[in-house]
Amino acid sequence: MSTSIKIRNLTKRFGSVVAVNGVTLTVEPGSFLTLLGPSGCGKTTLLRCLAGLEDPDGGEILIGDKVVFSHERGISLPPGKRDLGLVFQNYALWPHMTVQQNMTFALEIQKQPKAEIEMRAREALAEVQMTGYADRYPREMSGGQQQRIALARMLAYRPKVFLMDEPLSNLDARLRMDMRAEIKHLHHVSGATTVYVTHDQVEALTMSSQIAVMREGVLQQLDTPDRVYHFPANLFVADFIGNPKVNLLEGAVDGPGTVDLGSFKIAIDTRSAVGDVIVAVRPEDVMISTTPVQGAAEFSAYSVLPAGADSTIIAHRQGLEITARVMGISTINLDDKIWLSFDPKTLNLYDKASGNLIVSGDGANTTHAG
Amino acid sequence: MAVTATAAPQTSRSLRVLAASRRFFRWLTSARVVLSLIMLVLMFYLVIIPLYRMVETTVTWQPHDLTRVPDAEVGGLTAFHYVRMLTGVFGKIYMYTPLQHSMTIAIGATLLALLIGGSLAWLVVRTDMSGRKLVNQLAVIPYIMPSWTLAQAWLVFFKNRLSGGTPGVYEYLVGHSPPSWLSYGPVPIIICSALHYYTFFFLFVSAALMSIDSNLEEAGELAGASRWRILRKITFPLVMPAILSGFIMTFSKVLGTFGGPNILGTPVRYYVVATMIRGSIGVGDKADAFVLAIVLVLMSMTIIRLNQRLVGTRKSYETIGGRGFVAQVNKLGKLKRIVMIAVILFQILVIVVPLGLLVYSTVMLQDGNYSLSNLSLQHWIGERGTIYNHGEPGILRNPKIYMTAWNSIRLSLWTALFTALLGVLLGYAIVKGRGTRLSKLVEQLAFIPYVIPGIAFGAVYIAMFIRPLGPIPALYGTFTLLVVVSVAKHIPYSSRSGVSAMMQVGRELEEAGMVSGANVFQRFRRIIFPLTSSGFVAGFLLTFITTMRELSLIILLVTPQTQVLASQTMFYTENGDAQMANAVILILIALVAVGYFIISRIRGGSLKKGLGM
Repeated sequence: MSTSIKIRNLTKRFGSVVAVNGVTLTVEPGSFLTLLGPSGCGKTTLLRCLAGLEDPDGGEILIGDKVVFSHERGISLPPGKRDLGLVFQNYALWPHMTVQQNMTFALEIQKQPKAEIEMRAREALAEVQMTGYADRYPREMSGGQQQRIALARMLAYRPKVFLMDEPLSNLDARLRMDMRAEIKHLHHVSGATTVYVTHDQVEALTMSSQIAVMREGVLQQLDTPDRVYHFPANLFVADFIGNPKVNLLEGAVDGPGTVDLGSFKIAIDTRSAVGDVIVAVRPEDVMISTTPVQGAAEFSAYSVLPAGADSTIIAHRQGLEITARVMGISTINLDDKIWLSFDPKTLNLYDKASGNLIVSGDGANTTHAG
Repeated sequence: MAVTATAAPQTSRSLRVLAASRRFFRWLTSARVVLSLIMLVLMFYLVIIPLYRMVETTVTWQPHDLTRVPDAEVGGLTAFHYVRMLTGVFGKIYMYTPLQHSMTIAIGATLLALLIGGSLAWLVVRTDMSGRKLVNQLAVIPYIMPSWTLAQAWLVFFKNRLSGGTPGVYEYLVGHSPPSWLSYGPVPIIICSALHYYTFFFLFVSAALMSIDSNLEEAGELAGASRWRILRKITFPLVMPAILSGFIMTFSKVLGTFGGPNILGTPVRYYVVATMIRGSIGVGDKADAFVLAIVLVLMSMTIIRLNQRLVGTRKSYETIGGRGFVAQVNKLGKLKRIVMIAVILFQILVIVVPLGLLVYSTVMLQDGNYSLSNLSLQHWIGERGTIYNHGEPGILRNPKIYMTAWNSIRLSLWTALFTALLGVLLGYAIVKGRGTRLSKLVEQLAFIPYVIPGIAFGAVYIAMFIRPLGPIPALYGTFTLLVVVSVAKHIPYSSRSGVSAMMQVGRELEEAGMVSGANVFQRFRRIIFPLTSSGFVAGFLLTFITTMRELSLIILLVTPQTQVLASQTMFYTENGDAQMANAVILILIALVAVGYFIISRIRGGSLKKGLGM
């Protein structure tokens, strides 16, 4: 019952600003795609184009087999004819209607039978664990409760596609955790194809089956969370995802299989690359030893930041700074000598000039989707 | 969608054309565009055509001109009217002197109103004066009363024998007639207008003061500035846009105002442009009247332009909205009580005393006879056919007055209804299209009636509807015309309050309805209208009040059948039945007060909101 979404070469301009620039992507039936990027990257505009709230300036959108937008053919179905539901960032619950009225609005417009409407509203409320709130007005509820009602409103009319525009950004950290699990579960139960917009990488990584990273209207990478995290297609994606941030080490190829980082050399698959490159390594992939190890470089511990489950260590060597992350509370003291080494499988090599991935740690070439 | 995806190359061109026309059709049929276009057509009829007709009349020979220039070719182009009105002795008498008078009054009244309204606003918002709430409520009352109420009351008190009448209260108390400059002419006109229009300044400035973060002032205080210096260097510049908004509003209102100058100026032949226009229309010289009206429009446009220059782009028209910070309070110390007493006394002087004078004048059998034995209810419930009031029965037994009152109520309700509705629709068209040229065009056209003074606007409508216009029949002399002109004159206010109401409805709320599959009518009925209802009520209230007591706009358009209370008072005054006029004013005020009371009980019924704040 779930449908695919195909977006082809979609472009949307606001005056001279190109908000969405030639984006092409496919969302598989029943999958959970997250549009991820910093504010102003075009992710919300893309979602609004999908919903039919913006008229794009070029390209094509198919939901299932139905062409809902085609610039070439001059087609643009209104939002109500696209069989999709949208959860807004600020919930957009109608303040003058009760929870019940909010939920039944779309069903009444579809002229569903009364019994059906009642039943669906009851079910949807139960699904978000808000049974008993039907007679409340939105302003009589907390932000988290309103969020659940916004979800229920969408669930009640059972669209084929769920669209969500940063639905959790107005909640506090604790509630956000709960709701992530809730939404992921709802997606699993309903099986509806979902497109989810967020600027929060943790949200994207924890919830999605696919992540589309965007920057300035251009799609940077479309991949699984695992691959987006471990093998970013370019330096922007690498830098945007991960906390603490990825280490980006500038260097130059020093013959095949070696990159000179200035103060030491590092072994890495360089393929045919020459010239200036950047080696990216995640903090948790940096191996630390408190005793000299073969092939490791000596650093001094500039700062140690234990945080319970893990500790972050900032290591310095002749102007080079590397952030490492180890499990548990670290026993390293400030200014201790430490030895850092790297597993070539965890290193990604980027071209300094273009920022694009040359070789990924797993040996595959770039998965770049631009 | 019927088009196949695989188009043959030779048809690709026609497909492109088809796609483009589909896109255009979609644009054209979107709710905001349809609404914008409807609004444009409406404003074309209500604003543009009348203006065109007015200009046309002034540059062509009119039948009336044949008496002066027998070989004039009626309908042919001529500069005759402009030459006549703008040059020579005639120009001096009919144009320059009245214009000078109008400007004197408009500037004088605006400045005085600013002084009064601004100080009151500052006292209420920024000091710890006692009784601020009461002062705040009383400050709106002069605005509810017809603008010429004070002028009538002024005459009751200050009139002298110049107009050949009976003694005023002043003469009775002091023993001699007051000097003419005090009885008639610019001084009383300015005072009476200012005491009516200071409400604009009060509302605008207090809203602005409320929205200013008092931290800005505290920062000044910390820097060691004196209180006066803070007021001058920090507070004043911040409320400047609000002051200029009030300035424009008051200025253009006073410039086109007819009532006060007619009551206080005409008896001593102190004519202003508004009274001159009425005079010219009265003797059938429409073209002359329209030249005067055009000059008035240009005058008020110039002032608005000038103001915009002063504060930058369009700021003067916007006010600082927003709900308040908790204002830091200026301590008045020992003056607290005294200031309050002074303010309340002032308000009694401008509200209670005039009303009292009016009431008193209506219960005197013979005007100017202040003995107790002269007290009588003749003017209220007297029989028909007495020697008083040209034989008319007392107001409360007078079927004409009941008809007139009903006309007033009917006119105000219809006008308020259409205006408030138009406000929501205009607000939608403008806000949803923010940034597009169409939206700007609608907004700018909606602004035009603002610069056309009331009396000129009325004059324009005579020119327009005296004969059929497209599908619209000749409306002159009908009640419908009064509604049309009143709605048209209110367009700037309704678009303002509509825009501010619409701004408060997040666009997601309508979009959520679109995603739910609701069509535009369902969205309006179930989402937009309910959510803007308080803006609707506010617009309704403001329009109801202003229409109820509107005189300048409709004085040229009423006929005996479509007479309203406001114009009735003027006809009584001109007929020498001042006491009847005063009784009608009192009835008018009572009706407005009742209407205000009822409407303001409904959620959202606030004057401030109606003014788009």
